[in-house]
Amino acid sequence: MSNSALPVPRITKGTATPASSAGPTSLPPAGESGGAVPLLRAGTGFFGRLSDPAFGVAMMACGMTVMIILVLIVLELVLNSRLSLHQFGWGFFKTQIWDPVAGNFGALPFIYGTLVSSLVALALAVPLGVGAAVFIAEMCPARLRGILSFTTELLAAIPSVIYGLWAIFVLVPLLRLYVEPWLAKYFGWTRLFEGPPYGIGMLAAGVVLAIMVVPIISSLTRDVLTAVPRQQREAVLALGATRWEMIRMGVLRNARAGILGAIILGLGRALGETMAVTMVIGNRPEIAKSLLAPGYTMASVIANEFSEATGNLYLSALVEIGLALFLVTIVVNGFARLLVWTVTRGVPARVHAQ
Amino acid sequence: MGVGVEVRDLNAWFGQNQALHDITMSIAPNHATAIIGPSGCGKSTFIRCLNRMHETLPDTRVSGQVRIGDINVYGNGTPAVQIRRHVGMVFQKPNPFPTMSIYDNVAAGLKLNGFRNARRLDEIVERSLRMAALWDEVKDQLKKQSGASLSGGQQQRLCIARALAVEPNVLLMDEPASALDPISTGKVEDLIFQLKEKYTIVIVTHNMQQAARVAEFTGFFLLGRLIEFDKTEKIFTKPSEKRTEDYITGRFG
Amino acid sequence: MSQDRISWARTVKDHLATACAVLAILLVLLPLAAIFLYLMQRGLSSINWAFLTQTPKPVGEVGGGMGNAIAGSGVILAIASLIGVPVGIGAGVFLAEYGRNRFGNAIRFTADVLNGVPSIVIGIVAYGLVVFRQKHFSALAGGVALSIMMIPTISRATEEMLLLVPLSVREAALGLGISRWRTTVSITLRTAAAGIITGIMLAFARVAGETAPLLFTAFGNQYWNWKLDQPTAALPLQIFAYAISPYDEWHRQAWAGALVLIVLIVSVVAIVRIVASRGLLKGTN
Repeated sequence: MSNSALPVPRITKGTATPASSAGPTSLPPAGESGGAVPLLRAGTGFFGRLSDPAFGVAMMACGMTVMIILVLIVLELVLNSRLSLHQFGWGFFKTQIWDPVAGNFGALPFIYGTLVSSLVALALAVPLGVGAAVFIAEMCPARLRGILSFTTELLAAIPSVIYGLWAIFVLVPLLRLYVEPWLAKYFGWTRLFEGPPYGIGMLAAGVVLAIMVVPIISSLTRDVLTAVPRQQREAVLALGATRWEMIRMGVLRNARAGILGAIILGLGRALGETMAVTMVIGNRPEIAKSLLAPGYTMASVIANEFSEATGNLYLSALVEIGLALFLVTIVVNGFARLLVWTVTRGVPARVHAQ
Repeated sequence: MGVGVEVRDLNAWFGQNQALHDITMSIAPNHATAIIGPSGCGKSTFIRCLNRMHETLPDTRVSGQVRIGDINVYGNGTPAVQIRRHVGMVFQKPNPFPTMSIYDNVAAGLKLNGFRNARRLDEIVERSLRMAALWDEVKDQLKKQSGASLSGGQQQRLCIARALAVEPNVLLMDEPASALDPISTGKVEDLIFQLKEKYTIVIVTHNMQQAARVAEFTGFFLLGRLIEFDKTEKIFTKPSEKRTEDYITGRFG
Repeated sequence: MSQDRISWARTVKDHLATACAVLAILLVLLPLAAIFLYLMQRGLSSINWAFLTQTPKPVGEVGGGMGNAIAGSGVILAIASLIGVPVGIGAGVFLAEYGRNRFGNAIRFTADVLNGVPSIVIGIVAYGLVVFRQKHFSALAGGVALSIMMIPTISRATEEMLLLVPLSVREAALGLGISRWRTTVSITLRTAAAGIITGIMLAFARVAGETAPLLFTAFGNQYWNWKLDQPTAALPLQIFAYAISPYDEWHRQAWAGALVLIVLIVSVVAIVRIVASRGLLKGTN
C-alpha cells in the first residue's frame, strides 16, 4: 500500500562522472579531498571488527571480578574455618569460654560484646543523627546547609584509628573521672552501671561507636527527608500546622521506612567497626551486665589475636568468628538497603556513605 | 557526483511494535528530500534505518533493503560502522561533545577513525566550518572555546560541520531546526540550500513550510506507512491522496 | 480563650523541637571539633622534618619518626590503586554500558554488598589469599586487601557518572561512524572523567586510613622496606601500635602521625568538593 506507482523524477545533471567512482563496492568520494575516504577504513578489517567484542569481553571480565571477589571471600572464610566448625559445631556460638591455651573456643562473649556496644551506640546516635538531619534538611538556613553537610561528610572521612586514638586519651579519662562515677552514683540501681570506673570498657566503646555512626545515619536520613515531595509538606502546612507539626506529619511519617533503613545501615557499620572499638573496649572475653565493665567484640578479638594465633584450631576459630561477622553484616546491610531504596527509589549508593 | 538512496520494503520494529510498514522509495541524489507527517508516524525511525542507527537501541529489528549508491546497507559484508562513516547525521537537539573544543568537535569523526595528518586536519576543519557558515564566528577561538559554550544555533551548525568533516555522501537531518530560534532556523535552512549541490539530503521536519522552502521532494508518512511521495510542489498544491490533503490543510497532526 | 491555649501549647512544642534539633547538630559537631583541636594541640608540635623522614627509635629513646610508615603507606596504596582503579573503572563501564539487564543487576547488588563487608574480614581473606601462600607478610598482601575495598566503591561511582552522560552524546559519536568501544572510551568516559576521578579520589581517601585490613597482611615494620614481598610499615598501623603502647614518647608520636594522616585525607576530600562544585557541572550539561 505504498507509493510505488508515483513517478520518481530522475536527475540528469551531475551523475556521469565515472572518474570519481572507486569500484563497485565502495562509495565515490563526495568532496574535494578525495583521499579522506580510504583512510577511514580503520576498524573495519579483521582485527578492527574484533575490537568491539573484545572490549565488551574485557569490560565483562572486570564486572565479573566483583563477583569473583565475593566468591573468594566466602570460600576463604568457609574453608579456613572448617576445623573449628567441625570441632565445635553450633555450640561455638553458645559457649562462653575462650581459652586458647586449652584449646577451648566459644564465641558468645564476642557476640554479646558486639551487640551491646552496637546497641549503646545506636541509642546515642539515632536521636542525634535524626535530629541533626532534621535540622539540616528542614530548619537550617540555606547558607549553612553546604557547610554543615560538608562537616558531617568530614566526620565520616576520619579513619577509625584516629577516633580510637582520641578516645583513649580524651574520652576515656573523661568517662573515668566524671561520667562513670556520676552514672554509678545515680543510676547504679539499674545494675547497668556497677563496678569500678575503669574508663575503658563497654560504655567507652559504645560512645566512640556512636560518634562514628552518627554521620551515616544523619546523611542518609537527610537524603531520605529531602526525597519526600514538596506537595506532602505543603498539604500539611495548608492545614495550619506549625513547622514542627509539618515535619512530624508531612515528612517524618512519610520517610519512616527510609529512616529505619538509615538506622539499620548505621547498625551494620557499628557491627563491623574494628579499630576504635579495639582500642577502648578492654579486651576481656567475659560477659558482664554492667556497661562500665570491659568487654570484647567479634572484630576486636580477630584484630588482637589473629597474628599471634598459635595452632590451626585457634586460627580456625578466629576465622569462624569472621565468617559469622560477615554473614551478620551482609544480612543487616541488605535489609537496610532495601528499606532505604523503597523511599529514595533506587538512588545509587553514595561513595562516602559506607 | 551524487549518490542516491534506494529503499525497498523496509520494515522496522521496536520490540513487538511495528514502527514502519513496507516503505519503498527512491531518494534522488544531490537533492533535498523532506519527510513529513504527524508525531509518531515513523519519520525519525525511517531515517535512522538508513544509517543503521535504529539498531543501536535495545530490542529493535529491521527487515528490507536499503542501498546507498552501490552499497547494500544491510548486506552481510558491510559493518554498520562503515555505513555510518558515509552517511552523516544531524540530530534534533544539538549534541556537540561537551568536553571538547570547537576544533576537536569538528575533527572528532576523523581523528577517532584513524586520520592522522595534522595539516590536512586543519584544512578539513576550516573547510567544514566554512560550509556550515560558522567559520567567521569561531575562527579565533577554535581550540580554546568548548563546543558546549556556543549558542543553540551555533551548536547545531557545529554539529553540521562535524558531520560534513568526514565527507559523507548522504546527509540525514532529523528535525535539525526544531530546537532553534527563528533566526538560527533561517541560517540552517540557507545552509541546506547550499549543501544540496554536493550532498544528498534527507530532512525530517514537522514544519510543512520548511519542507516547502527547502526540499524538492517530499514524502508523507502516516502511522508507519509512506502515503505519498512526490515533488514537493505537487504534494503541497495537488496531493493525490486524501490523507495527505487532510494533513496539509491541517485537519489533523 | 481555649483557642489561644491550644496554639500556645503547639507553639511551645514547635520551639522545643527546634531547640532539640539545634542541640543535636551541635552535639554531632562537638566531637569533630574536639578531635581536630586535640590533634592540633598534641600533634602539631611534634611534626618536623625528622619526624617525617626518620624511622622509629628503640623504646625509651626520644626522637625518631614515621618516615618509613608514610613511605610504606605510599607503596601499599600505590599497589592497591594499580589493581583497584582499572578494574573498578572497567566494572563501572560494564555496568553502565553493557549491564542494563539481570546479570548487571546481580553485579551491582554484589558491589553494594561488598561495600558493607567489615574491613577486618577483608584482611582475613587477603591473609588467606596472599600471606598464607607466600608464608610471609607483605606490602603486596596489604595492597591486595585495600584494592578489594576500592573496587566496589569505584565501580559504582564510575557507573553513576557514566549514566549521567546523555544518550545524545553517544548517538552523535555513533552517527559519525565511531565504533562502539571507541565511543565508550574516547567520548563517554572522557565526558564523565571529572566525576570518575572524584569517585576514585574518595575511594582512595577512604582506604588510606584503613588499619584493620593491614594488621595481618602488611603487618608493619620498624625499618625502611621497599620490597613488595616483605612486611611493610603503614601510617595507620604505626599510629595504632604507638597509641596502645605504654610509652609517653610513642603517644606523642601517635598524635603527630594522626595529624599527618588526617591532613592528607581531608585535603583529598576538600579538593574533591571544590572540583565537584565547579568542574563537574561543566562536563556533563
